[in-house]
Amino acid sequence: MRPIRWGQVLVAAVPALFIGYFFLYPLIRILTLGLSELNVGFDGVEARLFHIGWFTVWQAVLSTVLTVVAAAPMTWAVSQFEFRGRKLATALVTVPFVLPTVVVGAAFVALGWRNSVGAILVAHIFFNIAVVVRTVGALWSRLDPDLHDAGRVLGASEWQVFRTITLPLLRPAIAAASAIVFLFTFTSFGVVLILGGFRYATLEVEIYRQAVTLFDLPLAAALAVVQLVGVTATLYAYSRYQERHTSTWALRAEADRPNPRGRARFLVGASVIGTLIALSIPVVVLVARSLRGVAYAGLFRDDPVVGTPIASIGNSLRFAVIASVLAVLVGVMASSVITGSRGTISRWFDLTLMLPLGTSAVTIGFGFIVALGEPVDLRASFWLIPIAHALVAIPFVVRSTVPTLRSIPTETREAARVLGASPGRVWREIDLPIVTRAALVGAAFAFVISLGEFGATSFIARPNTATMPVMIVRLLSRPGSASFAMALALAVILAGMTAMIVLWIDRLQFGEIGTF
Amino acid sequence: MLDVKSIDVRLGEKLVLRDIILTVETGETVAVLGPSGSGKSTLLRAVAGLVPIESGSITWDGQDLATVPTHLRGFGLMFQGYALFPHLDVMGNVGFGLRMANLPEDDVRRRVAATLVLVGLDGFDNRSIADLSGGEKQRVALARTLAPEPRMIMLDEPLGALDRALRERLMVDTRRILSDGGVTALVVTHDREEAEALSDRIALMREGSIVQSGTLPDILAHPADDWVRDFLG
Amino acid sequence: MRKFLTVAVVVAVAACGAEEAETPDTLRLMAHDSFAGSVSEETFAGFTESTGIGVEMIAAGDAGSMVNQAALSKDNPLADVMFGVDDTFLSRAIDEEIFAEYRSGLLGEIDDQFVPDTDLVTPIDYGDVCINYDKSWFAEAGTTVPTELDQLRDPALAGMLTVEHPATSSPGLAFLLATIDEYGEDGWLEFWSDLKAGGVGVVPDWDTAYYSDFTPYGGDSPMVVSYASSPPAEVVFASEPIDEAPTGVVAAGCYRQVEYAGVLAGTDYPQAAGELIDYMLSVGFQETVPLTWFVFPVNEGAELPPEFVEHTTIPTDPARLDPATIAENRDRWIDEWVGVMEG
Repeated sequence: MRPIRWGQVLVAAVPALFIGYFFLYPLIRILTLGLSELNVGFDGVEARLFHIGWFTVWQAVLSTVLTVVAAAPMTWAVSQFEFRGRKLATALVTVPFVLPTVVVGAAFVALGWRNSVGAILVAHIFFNIAVVVRTVGALWSRLDPDLHDAGRVLGASEWQVFRTITLPLLRPAIAAASAIVFLFTFTSFGVVLILGGFRYATLEVEIYRQAVTLFDLPLAAALAVVQLVGVTATLYAYSRYQERHTSTWALRAEADRPNPRGRARFLVGASVIGTLIALSIPVVVLVARSLRGVAYAGLFRDDPVVGTPIASIGNSLRFAVIASVLAVLVGVMASSVITGSRGTISRWFDLTLMLPLGTSAVTIGFGFIVALGEPVDLRASFWLIPIAHALVAIPFVVRSTVPTLRSIPTETREAARVLGASPGRVWREIDLPIVTRAALVGAAFAFVISLGEFGATSFIARPNTATMPVMIVRLLSRPGSASFAMALALAVILAGMTAMIVLWIDRLQFGEIGTF
Repeated sequence: MLDVKSIDVRLGEKLVLRDIILTVETGETVAVLGPSGSGKSTLLRAVAGLVPIESGSITWDGQDLATVPTHLRGFGLMFQGYALFPHLDVMGNVGFGLRMANLPEDDVRRRVAATLVLVGLDGFDNRSIADLSGGEKQRVALARTLAPEPRMIMLDEPLGALDRALRERLMVDTRRILSDGGVTALVVTHDREEAEALSDRIALMREGSIVQSGTLPDILAHPADDWVRDFLG
Repeated sequence: MRKFLTVAVVVAVAACGAEEAETPDTLRLMAHDSFAGSVSEETFAGFTESTGIGVEMIAAGDAGSMVNQAALSKDNPLADVMFGVDDTFLSRAIDEEIFAEYRSGLLGEIDDQFVPDTDLVTPIDYGDVCINYDKSWFAEAGTTVPTELDQLRDPALAGMLTVEHPATSSPGLAFLLATIDEYGEDGWLEFWSDLKAGGVGVVPDWDTAYYSDFTPYGGDSPMVVSYASSPPAEVVFASEPIDEAPTGVVAAGCYRQVEYAGVLAGTDYPQAAGELIDYMLSVGFQETVPLTWFVFPVNEGAELPPEFVEHTTIPTDPARLDPATIAENRDRWIDEWVGVMEG
């Protein structure tokens, strides 16, 4: 009988309570409430619902595959080579991820890309390419180059090495990125609504329509359950896959990337420049349209209706800082639980943490209303917004820290224990410093997610705080040439800030910890 | 004095150690010699408290260690792959145990410097682990194990991964360090020469059991069975 | 001394009226995002000054989301007063019993057309959803601006119009209701199939219609469904100061949306909540309504700012439908509309 380790209990309890109280409990409350009023049979809507379910699945699968393929050249270039502007390019790829859907939607519509599945798919690639580049790139840049060289020496061509050695080793990261992209596109809302031209609806759109427009909470709850089952099945399959394929191999130091030479130089240039140009088309439209009139100057003036638009930057930063601190704290603790325990517990814990990514915003928002009134009324509190952002950001922290924690050999921790470190101390002295770098990558995602988040919080009752996306939507929803230009100007500033913050965090994580 | 009294260790379904009886007197160095997979490393891990024992007991100076967690046992263990901390420099690694014992930072620095002199790595304090050669890593691992002055140190294949010339030199160095310091030590190895060079007494291990123990000349003179004779060549 | 007595009497009377209800430090006012987003420190300063009660804004998404949230929290209400329910959501809000009755003493100052036949909600403002047109486009093309809905049946004109989808947009739904009001259950779908034949544009929301498809913003449609208050907004929020609105209102086919406030059932401070509603009906507050939220005041005593007088036309006979009728038929109407437009 081992003594209870209180430190370990605490490390497990914090993420469990957080996700339990702020996600599972509201979710269960709202779903049981909705389902309790459900009448058997939906009189004739089954065909439509089946159609929606099918569309939701296939567009998500296709979007995920296309995103991974589209991200491949850029991922290869930035993870395998050192060149001028590499970090800038990595940061720029992250910008689309944080842009508010309404703004990108407007740019796409202006380009004439709308009312088609094609437009939806292109938008999904645009938004999610950063997830693949960053997640897969992080692993790829640290694969031991000896493995590649060994393959070449054994007579394999570049392509054969890629297919038989590199690709299999990258699978865990590709699966992780794919899972996230799949969840995002499976629950896609704004993109489908704006670019789909109504012929297409995802479950998420239909849940919104049933709950908010048609007040059919029971049907909405039933759909939310269907969506949840789909998401859980995906995550379960993913985690089983991860379990079978995760191995600890020697990861090398990240510092020594070669400069590209010869043909590689051309390919790297083409990959990076091609990707950035493609991604910048909607952004260029945005910038061009934001340059009309006094857009930027107007942001600094006190507007009688919406206040000083530029002040929304402060609000956004405040939420983003709180959300990323929460996400990193909870996420890193969760990761150490996931890597520290084995089998079923670990798998379900991991899976539950990912669920918020795939749960409809309407469901969570209404769940908060039903569940969080007591004992402390958090329903319309300031804290609910960063908490909601953190729920979405935690999976990113977990996904980026779990592989690193798994890559720490058992012996390293045992060595610390033998040298007199208590279990809590081992965590602090070994796991924590090693995981910091990976946690910062997660924090970068958490920060930009919070900065650009609009969808989830628009269904939460909240204090009247104007964040940047909220301000953009406000300006966009009133007539007047200045309103329009100011909205786009603010979106451009949001994009610029994102790039700068990501660049800064990339530098930080590079400088802070040496090589290992 | 370490007293291992008929312990069994099971890993998963497999009984890895069977009825192991072993003592190490204070100031003595004992080598456990056996082929790969015979359970030698598991024995060290059981003594360190890293794997639970199924039956039997492990005592130090008469005190049962069953309820003493690893970090309070006061033993040192040098891992086969060294298990150096990748995020710390040489100073951070060698001083780790001293910091765990809450020594003031100045004392840690001094003791680390002294230990590095002992292992022949004078001035390596701020080197990064990634920049060390194989031999240097071995010395850092040894220094890290010795620095907190554990009541007993355990070495798992201490010279296993090194090339021949280096091994021979380090074998002498390690022996000197152990005997000069009057260190109590338990060494496991698959190499007869290494066992002979480092230890006062040898226990031969095969498939989870100790088949014979004593000084090497005694064992050679009276091998317990054919396997012992073949193994020692 | 005399002054003191007066104050004492007023306080005593007020205390009797209040019975056990205390005066809160703050009242919570729940509203949809577009109202909440334009609330500033000054918005309720007058109320706080006269009553000593602060007003805390709670933003609750769009109007549908807000009514849902109020319904889900009616046992432990999120707020004391809710603002922003319109005719399309009124029935649902009433069915859910989220409101407590309150009859404001100021209802006499309000045009009868706005006063509902229930005391559960009080009208605060109204807005007309109307087709807007691009003045210079029509001038250059030499095309006559339509004055009747029927003229849009002409394929040439129908192709110049962009409307919002009634399932996802509140002006979209309003315009659909206007056509039902105009042509009745028997004729409205035929009107829409003519629009479809003429190539009318359909987009999901107002900002796509206005900022992507409307000709002043680089689009192809010289007419979009917007609000009667949009032309004044064009003047107020112009990049460069302008004397005349670039857009105008087609005075036919307008639909009038009235927005209501109500005391939420279960509030601890029904009396103070009523006072807040009275404040929102008072002339002082009502006169700030046009330039803050770009809607029109219901109080007949409130004067319109010059921008609203000069740059828009208030339709004389806009369409309106009974909230109960809307609630009963909306899903069917939208389905039928989708059948015609997407079939």
